[in-house]
Amino acid sequence: MQRIGVFVCHCGTNIAGTVDVKAVAEALKSEPGVVFSTEYQYMCSEAGQNIIKNAIREHQLTGVVICSCSPRMHEATFRKTASAAGLNPYMVEIANIREQVSWIHKDMKAGTEKAIILGRAAIAKVSLNAPLIPGESPVVKRALVIGGGIAGIQTALDIADAGFEVDIVEKEPTIGGKMTQLDKTFPTLDCAACILTPKMVDCAQNEKIRIYSYSEVSEVKGFVGNFTVTIKKKARYVDELKCTGCGECTEKCPQKKVPNAFNLGLDNRRAIYIPFAQAVPKVATIDADYCNMLKNGKCGVCAKVCGAGAIDYKQKDSFIEERYGAIVVATGFNPIKLDAYEEYGYKQSKDVITSLELERLMNAAGPNGGTLLRPSDKTHPHTIVFVQCVGSRCDDGKGKSYCSKICCMYTAKHAMLIREKYPDTEVYVFYIDVRTPGKNFDEFYRRAVEEYGVHYIKGMVGKVAPQPDGKLLVQGSDLLADEQLRVEADLVVLAAAIEPDKTARSLGTMLTASMDTNDFFTEAHPKLRPVESPTAGIFLSGVCQGPKDIPETVSQAGAAASKVIGLLAKDKLTCNPCVAHSDEMLCNGCSACEKVCPYGAITYSDKEFRGPNRTTLIRRVASVNDAVCQGCGACTVACPSGAMDLKGFSNSQIMAEVDAICK
Amino acid sequence: MQEIMKKRASELLLDGTVSRVIGWKAGDFVYDITPAVFESAEEIEKDFVYTAFCGANLSKYLVKESKKPGKTLVFLKPCDSYSFAQLVKEHRVNRDSVYAVAVECRGKADVDKIRDCGVKGICGISEENGTLTVDTVYGDKTLPLSEVMLEKCASCKTRKHAVYDELLGEEGEEVADCDRFGKVRELESMTPEERYEFWRGELSRCIRCNACRNVCPACTCEKCVFDNDNSGIAQKAAADSFEENMFHIIRAFHVAGRCTDCGECTRVCPQKIPLHLLNRKFIKDINELYGDYQAGADPDTRPPLTDFRTTDAEPSIVYRRGEK
Repeated sequence: MQRIGVFVCHCGTNIAGTVDVKAVAEALKSEPGVVFSTEYQYMCSEAGQNIIKNAIREHQLTGVVICSCSPRMHEATFRKTASAAGLNPYMVEIANIREQVSWIHKDMKAGTEKAIILGRAAIAKVSLNAPLIPGESPVVKRALVIGGGIAGIQTALDIADAGFEVDIVEKEPTIGGKMTQLDKTFPTLDCAACILTPKMVDCAQNEKIRIYSYSEVSEVKGFVGNFTVTIKKKARYVDELKCTGCGECTEKCPQKKVPNAFNLGLDNRRAIYIPFAQAVPKVATIDADYCNMLKNGKCGVCAKVCGAGAIDYKQKDSFIEERYGAIVVATGFNPIKLDAYEEYGYKQSKDVITSLELERLMNAAGPNGGTLLRPSDKTHPHTIVFVQCVGSRCDDGKGKSYCSKICCMYTAKHAMLIREKYPDTEVYVFYIDVRTPGKNFDEFYRRAVEEYGVHYIKGMVGKVAPQPDGKLLVQGSDLLADEQLRVEADLVVLAAAIEPDKTARSLGTMLTASMDTNDFFTEAHPKLRPVESPTAGIFLSGVCQGPKDIPETVSQAGAAASKVIGLLAKDKLTCNPCVAHSDEMLCNGCSACEKVCPYGAITYSDKEFRGPNRTTLIRRVASVNDAVCQGCGACTVACPSGAMDLKGFSNSQIMAEVDAICK
Repeated sequence: MQEIMKKRASELLLDGTVSRVIGWKAGDFVYDITPAVFESAEEIEKDFVYTAFCGANLSKYLVKESKKPGKTLVFLKPCDSYSFAQLVKEHRVNRDSVYAVAVECRGKADVDKIRDCGVKGICGISEENGTLTVDTVYGDKTLPLSEVMLEKCASCKTRKHAVYDELLGEEGEEVADCDRFGKVRELESMTPEERYEFWRGELSRCIRCNACRNVCPACTCEKCVFDNDNSGIAQKAAADSFEENMFHIIRAFHVAGRCTDCGECTRVCPQKIPLHLLNRKFIKDINELYGDYQAGADPDTRPPLTDFRTTDAEPSIVYRRGEK
C-alpha cells in the first residue's frame, strides 16, 4: 500500500474563491492510502514546497497528490520538490482544480465536490504509480530556421554567433522577406534596405549559416534534439553554384510581360529574374509559368547569353534530408486580400492601393524610381486619404478580429514622408484609434500631426467612389465633429490587416505545433514562455506568433535564438520516462503499433518463447526504443490485444481514475 | 467440385508440396460439418467433404497450423480469402508457409432455413445450378439455394478471391447489387430508444458461449482481453445484464477496421444474434468517413483507423454524426 500525501493549494483566491479547500483536504484524508492531507495558500512558493518536503520525510510518503493548477504550469516544479525530499519525481500526480474547477465554475458547493472527485482520481492513479528513471538522448547541434525574413535572419545570425550551425529555408528566391519591400522604417526613418541588406550579406557570408532559398520544408520527423527534416529545393532552372548574378539573362529574356511580384504587380519583370539588386543569394530564377522555353520549348535565349553556363532547363525539384536539434518557425505574414471590401473600390480603381503597394511606389528601387505617382495616370497625387483598420479589429466576418498593430505607425510614417517630400499634398488619415505604444512611437505620431499637419480624422470611411474625372470621392464620418465628410482624393491608401503566411497551417501540422483560430502559432505560455511553442524543440520568431513591428520582431528573434542556443549547448537531453512498453506475452506481432508510431520507435523481432510441453515457440513481438519513444500513447490505443502500455499512464491507472470519478 | 478438391489435395500431399491440408469433414450429421486438418491422402479420401454446408471459414486455423514445419494447404472460399489476406497483413500467418487454394462458391446453405421449409431427416445434400437437392429419410426434396442461404451468403459482397496460389473451378465476380448495409441503414433511421431496445432484445439472448469470438478470424490475440486476469476486466462481475451485453460492443470495437465482414460470428451464434450488424455499422461508418475500405482486399493499403492523414474527417464531424 502506498503512503500518500495530499496537498491542496489555495492559489491565493484563484482556487479558494470557488473551492472550499479545507473541505477538500479533509475529504481526501479518508481516501485509501492517504496518510497526510493539508492545504496552503501557495503550494508552489518556497514555504509551500517545504510543507511537501517535510511531509514526505515525516510521514515516509511514497506518493504525492497536489491539488492545484494545471500540470502544464507546475508539474515540473512539484516533481523537483519531491525529488529534493528523496522521493521519485514520477510519484507525484497533479489534480487540476484551478483550470478545470475554480476558473470555470461559480458555485462553491459544486466546485468543492468536483475538486474532491478530481483529487480522488489522482489518488487512485498515484496508488498505481511506479518510480521511473528517465534516460538520455543526444542533441543534434544544428538548428533549422523556417523563413528568411528579418525574424529568421536575426535568429540565424544570433545562433551562428554562438557557434552553432544553422540552416535557413526560404520559399522565395531570396531571403529578406517583407522588410525588403519596405521603404523607410519607423520611428527613426532609416531606410529598410540600408539596415537589412547588410544582415542578409552577413547570413550569406557566415560559414555557420546555410541558406536554402526557393525551398520548402516538406516533411518533419523526430522530436526535440533530434528532428529529421526533408527540404524540397524547388527547381529554379539555374545552377546556383555557377550563376554569378550578372543579370545578363534578366535583360535579354524576351518575355517581358510578367507581373513583378516584388513590386506587387505594379510593374513587369522578365520570365528569368533576380527579385531585386541586393538579393541573397544573387542567383537568377526562371518563372516556369511564363518561360517560353519551359512552356513550349521555343526560346533558350537565357542559356545562350549566360556566360557561366548556369541555365538548366531540365532541373527538377530535389529533396534534401537533414537532422536538426531545434526548429525555429519564422514564416511571417501577408496583407489580407481585399476582395471582400468592395466599399473601398480596391478592385475598381488603380488609385486605391494598399500600404505595402505605397511602400513600393515610394521606394527608390520601386516602379517609379521613388517618385510618388498615381498608378493610373502617373501624375502627382495632391490629396491622399489613408484608411486605417481595413480588415483589422473587424468582427463582421470579412476581416480579422485582432489589431494588426503596425498600421498606425506605418501610416503616420507614410503621411509624414509624403508631407515632407511633397508639401503641397493634403493628407487625411481616417482612424478608429491611433495606437502608439512603443519607444518614441507616440512622439513620432504627434510629429506627424503637429509638425507635418496631417489631418487625422476619427471615424471610418463608408465608401470610396471612383469619379469619371479620375478623382476618388471618399465619404467618411468625423466622429469628433459629428459630421459627414466628403474628400475628393487622388489616391486612397488602405491599411490592410496582416495575416499569417498561408504555409503556416500545413507547417503547424507537420511540426505538431499548436495554432490559434487565426493560424498564429501559440506560445508555450503567453507571458512566461513567449518564444517557445508548446511542442518541445519548436521555437517561434516574428509575426508567425502574432502581429509585431520590426524592433519587436528582432527582439523576439534574439530571444528565440537564445532558447535554441540553450538547447543546443546541452550534449544530452533528459528523456521523458513515461514511454510505451510492450508486454511480449500479450503481443500478437500485428504491427498496428509500428504503423501508428510517429517517431519510428517500435521494431519487431522474432523471439523464442517457452510453449506447452517443453516446446519452443517463435513469435513476432514488438519492442520499444525508450530513447526514441515520446510517450504519445498512439500505440497503446492501436494495439488490439492491450499489449502496449504507457509507463506513468497505464491502462490500469486510467481505469482506476475513471472508477474513482464514477464511484 | 468435392472430387476435384480431393484429387488435388492428395496430389499435393503425395508430391510433398504440402505437409497438411485444412479442409472440412462431416460430423455426426451431414449438416454439422467441421473444419479439419488432414495429413495424408488416405485421410482425405476417407473424410474430406465439400458441400453446401461448408460455410466455415478455414483461414483462422492457419494461425496455428502455418507455424508447423512444411507448407499448409488451405481451401479458401472468396470471403475466406479476405480473412486470410488480413491475417497475412497482420503477420498472424506466414504467407510463405501457406499454399492457398481458391475454390468457387455460389453461396452456402443454412440448415435451419432448410428445416424452416419443413424439410426433416436430412441425410445428404447436393447442389446444381442454384438448386439444392436434399436427401432425406422421407425422400429427396429440392429447394432453390437462394432461399435457404446463410445470412453471410445472402448478402455476399464478392465471389472473387482476394488472394490465392491456385484456383479450382471458376473465379466469380463482385456482387454488384449486394445491399449489405440495408439493415444497418434501417437501424440508423431508428430513434436512439428504438435502437437501444432492438439491441437489448437481441443481445439479451447471449449466453456468453464465446463462439463468435472463437470463430472470428480477426480475434486471434495471443491472450484475449476477456481472458486476461491482469486486464482488470476479466474478474469483474457484470453489474447488470447491460454490462454483460457490452461484450459484443467491445468485441466489435476490437475488430473495427480489421473485420472483413466474413459473417462467421452470426453463422455460429447458437442464439441467432445478428452480430454482423455491429461490424457492418463500423464498416459503413469507416467507408463514409474515410472513403471505401475493405479489410483484407490487398496487403498494402493502410487501414483507416490506424492511419492519419491531414485530409481525414475532423473529430467534430464524427461527433456531429454521432448526435443524430
